[in-house]
Amino acid sequence: MIPRPKPERFRLRRTMMFMNAQKPGLIKDAYIYGCDSIMLDLEDAVAENQKDAARFSLYHALKTIDYGDTEVIVRINGLDTPHWQEDIRVCVAGGADGIRIAKCESAQDVRTVEAAVEAAEKEFGVEVGRTLLMAALESPKGIMNAYEICAASDRMFGVAISGGDFRKCMQTKPQPDGIDMLVARGQMLIAARAAGVQCFDTVFTNLDDMAGYEAEVRQNKAMGFDGKSLINPKQIRLVHELFAPTEKEILQAEKIVRAYREQSAQGVGVFTVDGKMIDIAFIPGAERTLKLARACGLYEGDLV
Amino acid sequence: MKNYVGRDIPDELLVNGKEVYQGKNYMDGKYLKKASPCTRRYEKPQESKLVETLADALRQCGAKSGMTFSFHHHLRDGDFVVNMVMKAAIEELGLDNLTIAATSLGAAHDPVAEYIEQGKVVGIQTSGIRGRIGEVVSAGKLKTPAIVRSHGGRPRAIEAGEVHIDIAFVAAPTSDCVGNCRGIGGKSNCGSMGYAMTDAKYADHVVVVTDCLVDFPNMPASVEAIDVDAVVVVDSIGNPKKIASAAARISQNPRDLMMAENVAKVIASTPYFKDGFSFQTGVGGPSLAANLFLEKYMDERGIKMGWAIGGICGPMVELLKKGKVGKVIDVQDFDLDAVNSIHQTPNHFEMSASQYANPANKGAFVNKLDFVVLAALEIDTGFNVNVLTGSDGVLRGAPGGHPDTAAGSKCCIIVTPLIRGRMATVCEHVVTVTTPGDCVDVLVTDYGIAVNPNRPDLIECLDNAGIPHVSIESLKEKAYSLVGRPDDLQWEDKVVAVLEARDGTILDAVRKIKPFTLE
Amino acid sequence: MVVQKPAIAGTVESSDALVSVEPGDGKIELTLTSSVMNQYGRQIRETVLDTLNRLDVKSVKINVVDKGALDCTLKARVECAVFRSCDASEKNIPWGGAVQ
Repeated sequence: MIPRPKPERFRLRRTMMFMNAQKPGLIKDAYIYGCDSIMLDLEDAVAENQKDAARFSLYHALKTIDYGDTEVIVRINGLDTPHWQEDIRVCVAGGADGIRIAKCESAQDVRTVEAAVEAAEKEFGVEVGRTLLMAALESPKGIMNAYEICAASDRMFGVAISGGDFRKCMQTKPQPDGIDMLVARGQMLIAARAAGVQCFDTVFTNLDDMAGYEAEVRQNKAMGFDGKSLINPKQIRLVHELFAPTEKEILQAEKIVRAYREQSAQGVGVFTVDGKMIDIAFIPGAERTLKLARACGLYEGDLV
Repeated sequence: MKNYVGRDIPDELLVNGKEVYQGKNYMDGKYLKKASPCTRRYEKPQESKLVETLADALRQCGAKSGMTFSFHHHLRDGDFVVNMVMKAAIEELGLDNLTIAATSLGAAHDPVAEYIEQGKVVGIQTSGIRGRIGEVVSAGKLKTPAIVRSHGGRPRAIEAGEVHIDIAFVAAPTSDCVGNCRGIGGKSNCGSMGYAMTDAKYADHVVVVTDCLVDFPNMPASVEAIDVDAVVVVDSIGNPKKIASAAARISQNPRDLMMAENVAKVIASTPYFKDGFSFQTGVGGPSLAANLFLEKYMDERGIKMGWAIGGICGPMVELLKKGKVGKVIDVQDFDLDAVNSIHQTPNHFEMSASQYANPANKGAFVNKLDFVVLAALEIDTGFNVNVLTGSDGVLRGAPGGHPDTAAGSKCCIIVTPLIRGRMATVCEHVVTVTTPGDCVDVLVTDYGIAVNPNRPDLIECLDNAGIPHVSIESLKEKAYSLVGRPDDLQWEDKVVAVLEARDGTILDAVRKIKPFTLE
Repeated sequence: MVVQKPAIAGTVESSDALVSVEPGDGKIELTLTSSVMNQYGRQIRETVLDTLNRLDVKSVKINVVDKGALDCTLKARVECAVFRSCDASEKNIPWGGAVQ
């Protein structure tokens, strides 16, 4: 068995790649492509009569495979199915880092899952509170309740929109400029930021349309998403490239953090960097830039 | 006796001056007495060399039991010629004790396995062995051990007289009535005929088999009438669908692409990657995909490839047409794009197997090669590569030009996934050594890159470029941690195949595998 | 566990295994074919027998068609087939107990 470190609620999650938990050839080493998180799927990718088999595969994969620093999340079946309770048991027993709640519509859904997770943690002797949660919003109701969902549990690290189901509810289709989901994405982002959790965009399914994919990733970054769900390893690189801070941003962040530390040691709270007024409010952002830069291999200093 | 790569070679193979492998370039500077064929004079002008049937051609060439017939494999899995000739020789002329010296044998030649089991075919010499022939030879049914040579080792052995070809059969997509042959212009086109060229020069007799007779003179000829005794026209020399695939597509498999990108990164980190560099790549998934990423680096640096060699397929032809490679020199074609390009696209040339890869001549192309990117069934911690025997010990592969390009090139890169199913590709000891580790420089896998410790210069290049690399031992351990440590294969003493190094020394011997039982 | 009816799990895709079980005659009868028989046949058999032992299966006819599956996959397929044969594969699996 491979012991995994305690999951971090807030960590880098630029890329979350979906993998069918039922396919041994896929899940054995999905981490080699360098995504931040892999998402082992018990839901849509697994046929209704193979849900049991997928759980056995998942359990042994979690127990056997060394995923290293890659986060391992499991997408469980919806609360309206007969599968979700056993899904939670296997995730907790296997030691998954987190669970993605499919079709989440309310804070109560989160609390329902949380209760089952806690029961499973006690059943399997896992530290209570270890297993993280995230919610997938797939319906207008989910979007409307985004804030209460995000704030429903201390285990919640983030929220993601699921475009396929959402667009069906809204009677629309993917548009090149993203207008079909603009409001939903915006509302979910605001809710996530208000609740202090991360926010992830939906998958882009046309693997041949690399230009469309790039436009969407650029828009994701501009809107303030933390990351994106992916369906193929070849989508990883672009997100990492586009989400990486620029050289200028890194230099600026470095200056701000350094100046802040020097100044605050001398009791100064407000100062200027390159003629711009800087105070403590700038520090979390600058530090986040440096952390991201380090994860992208662009920063080797010691400030973060 | 143990050879340079630690393989135990049975003493009974070390006769008639045969030595064990002593490391690369061991034969450098030695002299070679070339063998000469005994050929018939055709002084009296002949209107035509056409004969009615293969049996007639065999009789005219004095075919008898105990002879060696040679074949080339440009028709690949579509080839009909080997089977037609062997059938005529054995079933119509009643010959036996025959040896087949082919440049490769595969699934197309399954019927030959029957002749081996009947004891009519007693010797096999080849650069590739797959399908039923591989199975019956592995089962010990061939009377003498098969001899497996590289594409360069084969013309060397022919020129040295170690293989004497009594009759060479040339499968010709087009021929005229006196035997000028080309690989294009017919209905079963294969493009280059490079592997047939040495055979035609050194065989006592040469028979051309074609399904498309064209007007004299068929020029420029790949095999020339001056070497040909007889021409036989048949309905079909092969199945065009299996001779050349529509187009070799670059893999979309993310694992292949990731490895291919790392191959290109390694190449771009070396000092050989400069304007005019030379390159060869295999046609496997990640090897071929390396073309794609290499082109990106070439554009970035503003450099062009000087020349490329090898088995050629579409993506390389594409680079030639775009002006990104100066010349393509071609011993075999793998897809229709390449078949349709040779002799047509300016600077797309044909070469013989000897010119390609023979270690004993004075100027093989492989010796000027900067980079070669190759696949492997297995590679061990000594960087020895196996491309011949499967994990069950059965012959089902082809050294082809692998050992020649590895030895000749300045930087030989092996690219392979760490495991295939439950098979560890990176392992402690390969089943059979087909390319010795002293010729292999870099290994690129999906789990990391390893550089041969005898290339500190390349290690420095990777370090300077910030390309992470690990020891090959750690890759092997990673593989075993995933699949478990394999049990050793159980062999009998009987040698079923001898692996000749390209210089003619003995690299390895394949023994008969013991029938496996769980109990 | 007592194998009560025929059941299967898995596929014959590469890296997978197809496991079928049916009620036995008081002993374990294993038939195994594998694409990696020479190198891993012994280990595959051990894994299958160990897994049956942990599930306390004493009587079964079990057929494994292995296509190069890793041990974790073999275990998962054997367990799933046995639990299915008892109509017990859907819930309250003893994760970390008999299944480990």
